[in-house]
Amino acid sequence: MNLMMLLEMAAGGFGDRVAVGSRDGGLTFQQLFDRAGAAAGRFRTGGAEVVAMADVSSTALPISLFGAAWADLPFVPLNYRLTDDELSALAARIAPAIVVLDPEATGRLADLGDVVVLDRQALLDELAEALVPDGGWGTDWDMAGEGTAILLFTSGTTGEPKAAMLRHRHLVSYVLGSVEFMGAAEDEAALVSVPPYHVAGMAALLSNVYAGRRIVQLPTFDAGSWVDLVRTEEVTSAMVVPTMLTRIVEHLDAELANGSSGNGALPTLRSLAYGGGKMPRPTIERALQLLPEVAFVNAYGLTETSSTVALLGPQEHRDALASDDEAVRARLGSAGRPLPAIEVSIRDEDGTEVALGLPGEIWVRGEQVSGEYRGQAPRLTAEGWFPTRDGGRLDEAGFLHVTGRIDDVIVKGGQNVSPGEIEAVLVEHPAVVDAAAIGLPDRQWGERIVAAVVLADADSTSGASVTAEELQELVRSELRSNRTPDHVEFVAALPYNDTGKLLRRVLRTELAHFGDGSTE
Amino acid sequence: MMGDALERWPDDHAQESPMPDMKPGSRFTSNVCTTEVIVVRGAGEADLRCGGSCMLSAGSVPDGGPPDPDAAAGTLMGKRYVDADDTLEVLCTKPGDGSLGLGDVLLELKEAKPLPASD
Repeated sequence: MNLMMLLEMAAGGFGDRVAVGSRDGGLTFQQLFDRAGAAAGRFRTGGAEVVAMADVSSTALPISLFGAAWADLPFVPLNYRLTDDELSALAARIAPAIVVLDPEATGRLADLGDVVVLDRQALLDELAEALVPDGGWGTDWDMAGEGTAILLFTSGTTGEPKAAMLRHRHLVSYVLGSVEFMGAAEDEAALVSVPPYHVAGMAALLSNVYAGRRIVQLPTFDAGSWVDLVRTEEVTSAMVVPTMLTRIVEHLDAELANGSSGNGALPTLRSLAYGGGKMPRPTIERALQLLPEVAFVNAYGLTETSSTVALLGPQEHRDALASDDEAVRARLGSAGRPLPAIEVSIRDEDGTEVALGLPGEIWVRGEQVSGEYRGQAPRLTAEGWFPTRDGGRLDEAGFLHVTGRIDDVIVKGGQNVSPGEIEAVLVEHPAVVDAAAIGLPDRQWGERIVAAVVLADADSTSGASVTAEELQELVRSELRSNRTPDHVEFVAALPYNDTGKLLRRVLRTELAHFGDGSTE
Repeated sequence: MMGDALERWPDDHAQESPMPDMKPGSRFTSNVCTTEVIVVRGAGEADLRCGGSCMLSAGSVPDGGPPDPDAAAGTLMGKRYVDADDTLEVLCTKPGDGSLGLGDVLLELKEAKPLPASD
């Protein structure tokens, strides 16, 4: 198994289709294959052991990903938003390495002896001129599947970032298990706005190549550019993180309010997948209203599981939205059902499976699940299970409800309180657009619950307002008194990283003065 | 599994060479049509056939004439084929006129319910 096998099939099956870029002038699947072959030759010279890229999305991204696979070198997409020092430190960890950088950014890395910096544009120009060898390309990539295809540094909210290792067999299993070869019609196009260093950005390339779907790249996300690209490139599907969808919904609402030419409509869009964090229910409900023709898909997965392991499909979204039954409605906030090739088990702290419906840690098993970090022992159990450190429960219909990172659980008076359930109640209030609950030190209870709440603008359509006491009462009535926030603080915005992950550690620091300073 | 494979192995020793290893990632090409496959799941040796004739290791030149009429329904690019015991799974990377088989028993098309695009 090798990622190149996917591209070889694409080039053989529909080589004339456009793989990346505009319908006119984009790179075809055959051209992508040829460029990858040339890139492999380039990457093999000089003794590099990995190919890294610290750059926004461009055609150089899939070329380098597949070129590295062809050369049997791991591909490492690095976060180009890191500081120069942080980037240099990661480069030193993966050296000897080739690092592809934006032409404007080639000076960002410290002078490291065994790191070769390649200018993205110079590389693209060189590869475009490379000739197919006499007698055609040899398909000489490694098919054993054990080699590392992609190394992804996790966001590292605590301590030094870990490098998750995805082997060729993990990623190929994911694609074969979830994507139909040439399943896309010729007019389909996928808009990729998730950055390359997010597992969803990598999975989007692989899945769409195998499906034969043209990839349109948005290098830096903003809602206006995203909406424009959907319209001008006639995009039919896209994947976004929750913060992106919130801004897209706001943008479309503003168009409707202003009477702009786009009129809040995205006529070509048929499918919109979202994932990578908890979706505020008001956002998804508004999105469903604004885009009634669009099939919404909620994808849940982790870097260590080669992207998606569970999904909530289009019909399940509509059923949940239309239902009077609160248990069915709650599925709108669920991750849906596991993929056919994935098993999910909810375990307690001892690793024992809990009874159906009870909360615990989400464990997953399947051929796409890696659970490995570079330089560390594999995290998989002897039976192949990966403990995700995400909390959740399965309901009676098999829907997976994810409550958040176990490490974020608030322990108040010996009781475990999941921030996710409090947040879900708070954002139900029409005056609340976003909310986060954290635990802060408390001598008496161990931790006290502090909720940071973002209110809708006073001039927004909802027109609603709310007091801290009303929100505390809302949580008390919907959950239990021990879930009630001890303090509600109204804030202008919550801290997110650029892939939409809430930075709870930052929030804890910002709100530290609401704790009592005790450490127990 | 070995027992099964031996039972399927014809007594008349139609094969001269030993059966190939079904290591994941191994590529095979049909002796009677344009079909090519990659082993996705498998272990040990097996009598992988296409169009009734033993498949060859990739790169070999077919010389076996037309497919056996009992194994001529064809293969489809990008489809996965499995044996009844679900011990062997191959992915068709080039389509052809022959049908895949393990010994005399045809492999089945692995029907997967299409999933909505999630990335």
